[in-house]
Amino acid sequence: MKNIKLILVFIFLCFLNINQSLANEKNLIFKITKNLRCLVCQGQSVHDSDSEFANSLKIVVQKKIDEGMSENEIYEFLKIKFGDWILYDPGLNKKTYILWLLPILLFLIGGAIIIKFFKINKIK
Amino acid sequence: MKFKIIPILSILFFFIVFAIFFKALQKTSFYTPNINFEKEIPSFSAKIFKMDIEKNSEEIFIGNQFYLINVWASWCVPCREEHNFLMKLKEQKNLKIIGLNYKDKEKNASNFLRELKNPYDQILIDENGTIAIEWGAYGVPESFLIHKRKIIKKIIGPINENLYSEIEGIIQ
Repeated sequence: MKNIKLILVFIFLCFLNINQSLANEKNLIFKITKNLRCLVCQGQSVHDSDSEFANSLKIVVQKKIDEGMSENEIYEFLKIKFGDWILYDPGLNKKTYILWLLPILLFLIGGAIIIKFFKINKIK
Repeated sequence: MKFKIIPILSILFFFIVFAIFFKALQKTSFYTPNINFEKEIPSFSAKIFKMDIEKNSEEIFIGNQFYLINVWASWCVPCREEHNFLMKLKEQKNLKIIGLNYKDKEKNASNFLRELKNPYDQILIDENGTIAIEWGAYGVPESFLIHKRKIIKKIIGPINENLYSEIEGIIQ
């Protein structure tokens, strides 16, 4: 009787574990496909699109995860095939440095202006 | 002097923003892939049309011959437009045309080829569109000219008179 209970607990734990890993995989697919741009229906992510291209790409992403590729490896693979345009969140490179650095630059310039303004007011 | 810094910075800021938006507006917002490149062909395996066998890319693209892989489907209207050019390219001795039948039904594909004739030396089946993605294709029709296992030209959309002449020039 005790053995049966142990087996049942073991089966339950295995079931929980499988469920958990399936949920993790689903989350990863969701995260990746949300960050991929549908190339035939501009303005939509692959996850949100129902185009032929997006549906095929969802299968490819699933396949690559099953093959053991990481999120970044999948992005790299797709970047080689379709270029940076496929990603909604492109990395920092010579084509995107303005995109990444401009907000910081604007923040610094804005900050400098505000500090200057307060200093002038203080002097007055 | 201190008061002049703010207007100067404001004007500078305005010009930077204007330049960025002006440059961005000149660019197309549609996906324009890089078509001038030389890339290795992808490694894949696919079922052969109307046969119960599967072949991998190493068995398909062999030797120093030119290959044209054409992504097509019976439901694709522009594929009908380019079909005549594919039939003309079939007559070229040093070119083999490989068809990649994209998300199609076998019966419809057979009817399409019966009606317009078959320009392909071999037809591969891409049931779920994943092989087309391995090639970097995102629609139909698309064609890739291959030499020595390298993609030397990528054609997006149907082959027309100009592209036909260009392919003819390359392979001769």
